[in-house]
Amino acid sequence: MFQKSPYIETFTRYFLGFWAVFTGFIFPLIIFLILFYESRLAIQKFGFLQFLTSTSWDPVRESFGALPMIAGTLISTFIAIIIAAPISIGIAIFITELAPSWLKGFVITCVELLAAIPSIIYGMWGFLILAEVMRNKVEPFLQTVLGPIPLIGKLFSGVPTGVDVLTTSLVLSIMIIPFMASVVKDAFNLVPSVMKESAYGLGATKWEVIKDVVIPYTASGIAGGLILSTGRALGETMAVAFLAGNVPQIPKSLLEPFTTITVALANQFTEADTPLYLSSLFYLSLFLFIISFIILILAKLMVLRLEKRWKK
Amino acid sequence: MEKIRLLKRKFLNKLMLFLSLLAALYGLFWLFWILGVLFFNGFKHLSIELFTQDAGPPGLNIGGLRHAFVGHLIITILSTIIGIPIGLFAGIYYAEYGRNSKFFYVLKNITDVMVSTPSIIMGAVMYALLVIPLKHFNALAGALALAMLMVPVICVTTYEMLILVPFTLREAAYALGAYKWQIIKDIVLRSAKVGILTGIILGVARISGETAPLLFTAFSNNYLSFDIFKPMASLTVTIFNYTMSPYEYWHNQAWAASFCLTFFILILSLIAKFLIHYGNIFKNKR
Repeated sequence: MFQKSPYIETFTRYFLGFWAVFTGFIFPLIIFLILFYESRLAIQKFGFLQFLTSTSWDPVRESFGALPMIAGTLISTFIAIIIAAPISIGIAIFITELAPSWLKGFVITCVELLAAIPSIIYGMWGFLILAEVMRNKVEPFLQTVLGPIPLIGKLFSGVPTGVDVLTTSLVLSIMIIPFMASVVKDAFNLVPSVMKESAYGLGATKWEVIKDVVIPYTASGIAGGLILSTGRALGETMAVAFLAGNVPQIPKSLLEPFTTITVALANQFTEADTPLYLSSLFYLSLFLFIISFIILILAKLMVLRLEKRWKK
Repeated sequence: MEKIRLLKRKFLNKLMLFLSLLAALYGLFWLFWILGVLFFNGFKHLSIELFTQDAGPPGLNIGGLRHAFVGHLIITILSTIIGIPIGLFAGIYYAEYGRNSKFFYVLKNITDVMVSTPSIIMGAVMYALLVIPLKHFNALAGALALAMLMVPVICVTTYEMLILVPFTLREAAYALGAYKWQIIKDIVLRSAKVGILTGIILGVARISGETAPLLFTAFSNNYLSFDIFKPMASLTVTIFNYTMSPYEYWHNQAWAASFCLTFFILILSLIAKFLIHYGNIFKNKR
């Protein structure tokens, strides 16, 4: 037994090391290479710019342009972030500064449960329940209130169907609130209490402390949370697949159906019958992978910067 | 004048704190709406047939979801068996060997990023790797896609739990002349076992609700199947198909299935939270 130990030592080291390198390096690389290899036909045929800027997605004529999907993804993500950001910061303020300790645990648990609900449930609930409410109540209401206003009114033109940009973004925003709120909450907790106390000592109110001490101090953490949730929202598939309507067009109003990269992938992978069609779908996924990877790395860097400052 | 300014500041303070309370209520509102609807509709449509029968023909009010429950279980167990060891190995290496290395620091952060990668990407990769060569959809591809999703989650939580173990414990063992592998096996893993279990539970909770990677890997079918090289039904994909169908009976079954699935996942998450809270003996000492 004693003699064997050094060999086990070496073996453990290299065995564990292999899986570590696999998880952190080989695995993302394999994903990239496979997607790249499979999309070679589409890359040859359409190139980079044409694929990104062409608006026609027509499997019958084999002309594939990704602009409607990319625009749909960006628009729905953007609106979701705009809705979710103030709410998440509000929730983080409530948890860290306001709530009594018994309520704190409850709210944190609830927000975590919101994150644990599978996305298909959000989609199903959105499709069968929320879409109906939006179609019958909320969207006509928005049209009568905001419709007459010149520029904003245009955003709400069209027939309310419930399956459109607005509902999708709303559900997306609910889904990303937990991620954003938990990153912002963790950042708020990193603020040294001495800093807050010195502001209180000068007679600042709670809101002034939050606005002038906590938020500036945690700016990079908040930005990291925002970008992290952007990455999550970009890749969200099932909820959007129910609610987007899957029409490959660039939406001109919030009440129009549209499509996103993920919806196109989810609906069309099983239908792709020609090599070029399939290859274009792989090109789309490659694009999604690269975008979300870059965005998530940015988020990671922001959060790391805050943590580094805290450690000093 | 000074008094008005003071009142204004106080009022603004109250207003903003009230708004943050509203934000918290807004979050709770959606949670309870979704869970309430799910509980109400799901509980109403639970039945024995749901668990004992396979899918009926469309449009008729017969049939259950036994095939989907069994398929989901098989796919989840298979991916767990593949995913857990890899994630554990990598996490242990990052925490025990790679802690002071720049290279592994970068790799660990890339793994962090992989946790949030869109899950549908994994489906696309497994489609290229296993579905195209085998020429038909198969459950193995689905299980592998889920395992790929699970590996980063397990790896990151394992890492975070292991770095909580105080270094003095390791040093004490070193002083007794123990090898590193002995320390990992007998000291580190043993003291962090609750944390690692939490990570595994979270990983299982994460993958058992996934739909997107299964859509075009495991696909779906309508009968009980145990062959992992053939298409296999899963709860999530079945919920998707049934919800999109026009039949009332299928909608009801989808509600019941989502009810079971969601509460399974929520209970797993609550167990994990409980374990983190009460099981981690080092948390307060750090």
